Amino acid sequence: MSEIALNDGAEPQAGIDGLVGDWSADKQTYNVPWGKLMMWLFLVSDTFIFTCFLTGYLNVRLTTTQPWPVQSEIFALSFGGDPIPLILIAIMTFILITSSGTMALAVNFGYRRDRKRTALLMCITALFGMSFVGMQAFEWSKLILEEGVRPWENPFGAPQFGSVFFMITGFHGAHVTAGVIYLFIIARKVWLGHYEKTNYEIVEITGLYWHFVDLVWVFIFAFFYLL
Amino acid sequence: MSSETGQQHPLGIYYKIWILLFVLSTCSYLVDYFNVQGGMRWTLVIVFMLLKAGFIVAVFMHVMWERLALIVTLLGPPVVLLLLIGFMTVEGKYTFGNRVDYRGDDANAMPLSPSDIHGEEEH
Repeated sequence: MSEIALNDGAEPQAGIDGLVGDWSADKQTYNVPWGKLMMWLFLVSDTFIFTCFLTGYLNVRLTTTQPWPVQSEIFALSFGGDPIPLILIAIMTFILITSSGTMALAVNFGYRRDRKRTALLMCITALFGMSFVGMQAFEWSKLILEEGVRPWENPFGAPQFGSVFFMITGFHGAHVTAGVIYLFIIARKVWLGHYEKTNYEIVEITGLYWHFVDLVWVFIFAFFYLL
Repeated sequence: MSSETGQQHPLGIYYKIWILLFVLSTCSYLVDYFNVQGGMRWTLVIVFMLLKAGFIVAVFMHVMWERLALIVTLLGPPVVLLLLIGFMTVEGKYTFGNRVDYRGDDANAMPLSPSDIHGEEEH
């Protein structure tokens, strides 16, 4: 961007000296487009929200004297034969990682100004996101209708299991849904060439949000489903 | 890295990290599949989780190519969350102890599984 003054074309210093320089020199501190910085600050605040949820989960799980339900049995799914533990969650994890990969490629093609391929990859990413949300809807309806899990009670053990499950996966699912809508809007604009006059940072900004959603799932998968 | 070109990197690194994420996810799933329990389960799950999170943030979110000023701004504040987690762990254990000591709750209650509730015909 033209308004970012790089220090007279010289390569900026790296490491601690660079950090001090960026903050003390007579120039803009961060050398990234403002939209990207704002998305990052939003994601940092979202990190706090999700960590508060997960810490709340940690606390109720530690304090309850009722037994915590065995996740790998509850989230097992059988395809004709014996139930395979946690298989649906594993598939959802792989889908989200795949979508993160296609998103990373979309960002790359965006900077190459290959706008058709960028839009296509963003749509593929959004479709993976939609299938993730679909599986989550399946998982929720199975737990609510077949197993009788409610935010205040469940047949397996500690009632806190239900409230934590619905709150954390629900909030994450809402993020995925918002991301899918966001991706489709930006993909359409990329396809129509609305960003031809910019550097396509918008694709990277959208990508940051999408990777963050994947990142949160990494923690939910580990703490809620595996441990 | 000039801001004129943005984050432009060869495609190869994305493919490598992509495969790595698949491998790490499979590993953490296998921990559950083979029913590894106890300290080993916690260690493996958390190590795989941190590796995955690290690769996503570093490569997919391009943090490893950013200036230190931005990295510190992004990764610094969340560090205080470790304090919250530590405090809530101590507090949670204390509450649990009180409930066992003064309310007579069973500290070793066992959960029920879906087969206990639905019977064996589900299998």
